[in-house]
Amino acid sequence: MTTVRDARPPTGTGSTGTRALGAVALVLLVLTIVYGLIISPPDRLLGETIRIIYMHVPTVLAAYAAFIVTAVSSAMYLWKRTEFWDLLGASAAEIGVLFFGVTIIVGAFWGKITWGVFWRWEPRLTTSAVLLLMYIGYLAVRAVPADTRTRATRSAIIGLVAVVNIPIVHFAVDWWRGLHQGRTVLSTIDPEMAGTQLFAMYLSMAAGIVVFVWLLLHRFRVAFLTERVEETGLDEAIAQRRAEGVSS
Amino acid sequence: MIREALLVAGKDLRLEWRSKVGLVQIVPFAILVLMLFAFALDPDRGVLERATPGLFWVAVLFSSVLTLQRSFSVEAEDGVLDALRLSGLAPVSIFWGKVAALTAQLLVLEMILAFGVAIFYGTTFHSIGLLVVVALAATVGIAASGAVYGALAARLRSRDTLLPLLMLPLLAPVLISATRGFEIGLERQAGGGWTWAALLAVFALVYLILGSLLFRPLLEDA
Repeated sequence: MTTVRDARPPTGTGSTGTRALGAVALVLLVLTIVYGLIISPPDRLLGETIRIIYMHVPTVLAAYAAFIVTAVSSAMYLWKRTEFWDLLGASAAEIGVLFFGVTIIVGAFWGKITWGVFWRWEPRLTTSAVLLLMYIGYLAVRAVPADTRTRATRSAIIGLVAVVNIPIVHFAVDWWRGLHQGRTVLSTIDPEMAGTQLFAMYLSMAAGIVVFVWLLLHRFRVAFLTERVEETGLDEAIAQRRAEGVSS
Repeated sequence: MIREALLVAGKDLRLEWRSKVGLVQIVPFAILVLMLFAFALDPDRGVLERATPGLFWVAVLFSSVLTLQRSFSVEAEDGVLDALRLSGLAPVSIFWGKVAALTAQLLVLEMILAFGVAIFYGTTFHSIGLLVVVALAATVGIAASGAVYGALAARLRSRDTLLPLLMLPLLAPVLISATRGFEIGLERQAGGGWTWAALLAVFALVYLILGSLLFRPLLEDA
């Protein structure tokens, strides 16, 4: 069973395409830093803290994109039952949790400066925390050793259940906090932005998405190669046992 | 399908009735949680009284996780899940049967807890209609989502630690809605209690549909 791939095992997860994408991501990140930290002016209302938004918004955008990929992949896996959708969903979920964690931490810092406390039971923060915990559950199940098909089915089901729960959590938390306080501070930012601020914001969003796609490609390839290594390992072990049988 | 579901539910309830694990372990645990809250929150300062709806539902949630673990660990042992699959019962019927049995068990638990808060926290119940509807919708929601995750975690070796991690964030909206519904039902707060009941009903409906769709792959592969 020698195939071309077996003959020449890959030595990395990069390709011409991903290297180009990586370069674009790097340029966008540098531009975001330059525009976000240096060129764009401080905000009238939020002062220098507005700069946190240039990190907060792109990370949350990438996280949501990741969770959408996970949801679609989960549904596709249950329909097609192919390794591709399983690994894609899992890779995206991992990156989603990473970005979401960054979003929440960055948000908490912003909260400390603006509200004086790291955490307030603000609807979006609360919803985000619940979502993060749901996807941590997804990764926890993923980490339990199981055969490929079982693990894939389990994670696909959790991926679907989690995404269906997002709007319900959102409504519940919104109504819950809506009873106690008015509009949130975060939702008043957008209309105030203009000019370089808005440009920096869009730039950061583009950077976030490109970095996400770049990471996803690499993470997917790592996952794919991990599966191959496990298969090869099994084949080798079987071959060794057979060889023992012959020699004795 | 209904007949098959009732068969599964009957089997589960009979099993519980005979083993009495729910009665001698889970119910005392739930009462214990109520007492622990009283130790943690000073009963003389009115905190306990004000927090009753929330504490009631937290106690329900914790006990639900135990009930779920129990309901599916009896299936996971000795390959009962495989036997269920081979029995020719439709996965949908098994799901509905599980949901029915869980709902029944949780409702009994909630009734006992309601007595518990009436006695320990001195709660008086007003708008009974709203309270019953909120409890019913919340319980079906917990049972439906719990049946999905219970079946999923049943064969995991680390299910005892994984199930709470999976279930509790999922049930966050149920805790919020049921607590608010009860606050209004107990007339602690003005407002539209029925909106919360509606949200709970939507949650229950979503998971009943999702469970009906997902139970086949769950039984076959997970």
